[in-house]
Amino acid sequence: MWEYTDKVKDHFLNPRNVGVMEDADGVGEVGSIACGDALTFYFKLDENGKIKDATFQTFGCASAIASSSALTEMVKGMTLEEAKKITNEDIAEYLGGLPKEKMHCSVMGRDALEKAISCYLNEPEKKVDGQIVCECFGVTDREIERVVRENQLTTIDDVTDYVKAGGGCGNCHDRIQEIIDTIRGSERPVKKKAPALTNLQKIKLIEESIEREINPTLRKDAGRLELIDVDGNRVLVRLGGSCAACAKSPVTLKHYVESRLRELVSPELVVEEVQ
Amino acid sequence: MMNVIYVDNNATTMVAPEVLDAMLPYFNTNYGNPSSMHSFGGNVAGAIKTARESVASLIGALPEEIIFTSCGTESDSTAIRAAIESYPDKKHLVTSRVEHPAVKNLYEALSKKGYRTTFVPVDHSGRLDIDYLCNSLSDDTAIVSIMWGNNETGVIFPVDEISQEVKSRGILFHSDAVQAVGKIPINVAETGVDMLSLSGHKFHAPKGIGALYIRKGTKFAPFLIGGHQERGRRGGTENTASIIGLGKAAELAAGHLAQNGYEHVSRLRDKLEQTLLDKIPNAMVNGDPSNRLPNTTSIAFEYVEGEAILLMMNEYGICASSGSACTSGSLEPSHVLRAMGVPFTAAHGSIRFSLSRYNTEKEIDIILEKLPPIITRLREMSPFWKKAMGN
Repeated sequence: MWEYTDKVKDHFLNPRNVGVMEDADGVGEVGSIACGDALTFYFKLDENGKIKDATFQTFGCASAIASSSALTEMVKGMTLEEAKKITNEDIAEYLGGLPKEKMHCSVMGRDALEKAISCYLNEPEKKVDGQIVCECFGVTDREIERVVRENQLTTIDDVTDYVKAGGGCGNCHDRIQEIIDTIRGSERPVKKKAPALTNLQKIKLIEESIEREINPTLRKDAGRLELIDVDGNRVLVRLGGSCAACAKSPVTLKHYVESRLRELVSPELVVEEVQ
Repeated sequence: MMNVIYVDNNATTMVAPEVLDAMLPYFNTNYGNPSSMHSFGGNVAGAIKTARESVASLIGALPEEIIFTSCGTESDSTAIRAAIESYPDKKHLVTSRVEHPAVKNLYEALSKKGYRTTFVPVDHSGRLDIDYLCNSLSDDTAIVSIMWGNNETGVIFPVDEISQEVKSRGILFHSDAVQAVGKIPINVAETGVDMLSLSGHKFHAPKGIGALYIRKGTKFAPFLIGGHQERGRRGGTENTASIIGLGKAAELAAGHLAQNGYEHVSRLRDKLEQTLLDKIPNAMVNGDPSNRLPNTTSIAFEYVEGEAILLMMNEYGICASSGSACTSGSLEPSHVLRAMGVPFTAAHGSIRFSLSRYNTEKEIDIILEKLPPIITRLREMSPFWKKAMGN
């Protein structure tokens, strides 16, 4: 069962402003029956250009109905400029949050609002922007890019939760990952390459890492690691304590000691045991 | 707390009071280990023997053909993996397109490991394409696994006929009978079934106990390797209290079936179904009504979405489930309804009611009073309803 907030439950069980508005100034339709949810949003302006009234009709789950109801309440009294600024996050927030898997309901609300405003402004029907990535739910790369940027999404599952893309056959998962990588990559500060260490610095850092990081961990199993020598990138060590007799010590060396040292000191290091 | 009207018995059932009573002493009085040498443990072994006989008798098996497992999923996995291990050269596996995830997802995982899998289609009524199944069989086929009764629609497959066909070709046959055992008479001896899965919590035993029937002489390899329990076919200390509970539930179910107790359940189911169809336009039953589990109906209400229906019913304490996408966290309606080609308009608004012998006429009347206005209300909210009615 979904954990809906009391506000979601209230807007689902007692939805505000349900119905068709015959004399609407703007109408926005999104979704389809095949996709499992759809919303038609209507609004009417007063003489000052503010939204006087808004209604909706929704086919969908509890959170879709609640998001639509919330949207109609939120926009009342707003100018179109103000209404345009409403994001899907705003709708979710108004409801006290939505389960992650249901965020697409808030996105649907935002999309319907945008369409209704475009309809009023008599803007030409926006062409399907970009290329279809998800065939199952008809989602384009532009839509995915937008939702990834606006909501700081990082995984394919996130994208599915927000715009459904990738929630069907799964054939588009690679493409969605590429989009995420591109956006996240462009935002990520380029990692500065660490300056090369001198031999002395490297040995010191290895020593420190063993004492501060590795030995305290090994000590939990009554083991100990002793640094014998460093020869270029070869780190020669001896295992002591219970590690010396432990059948798993080669695994410990490779999987733990070496990977830890590579992380802390230099990725080129190779750990070798000497007797 | 509000009174609960529980019509979600294909999800799980109430533990029968008699079952609970039978189990309780095995927690803190007769808590011995059945493997022990002392009679304190040995007495428990005796009780397990009786439970095994009851479970065997419910499905027409011999006691030594039953192993206890932790659930239906474990039984399914054990059976299918045993077949693969016993016939390592055979790389083809057959099942249907409407199986429970316990089989479906295992097959999908195995197909990624190089096994060739055939998912046999069903028609609009959920009936299996038996010719398709037979044509897919070859010397390379390791096992055919076909469910007995479908968990979503209740449609019963002709397992007798299919298993004989499969067996005549020398191929192993397994049936996931988790939804059928205890609800309809089953006699494995009269079929070609080599292995069969059942699960306690679907017929008033607790969760966490299941069984696998393995026909005598069937090649087998254990899934859990460990102690000598279950004659080496399933290691691990017995879940004694639950095994006793499963035995008791099997005994009760057998008595219930012998007295045609399911007529009460199917009469209530039919009343619910027929009245809903009469009261609500654009509603239809998913699945072959002539060949169904007596307790199950899946009804599609067009132009509304299942989760919304469930949550509105929840306000009245009515517990059912849905084949819609939104309830499961996936985005597509159930694979069962899609395999049957149920149109999207109906699949998203499909509700499953599954009754038990504990349901009453009064409860059905409450559902019949509460549900039609819910559908009306949601349809009035739906942008598709008026359009559809206008056309």
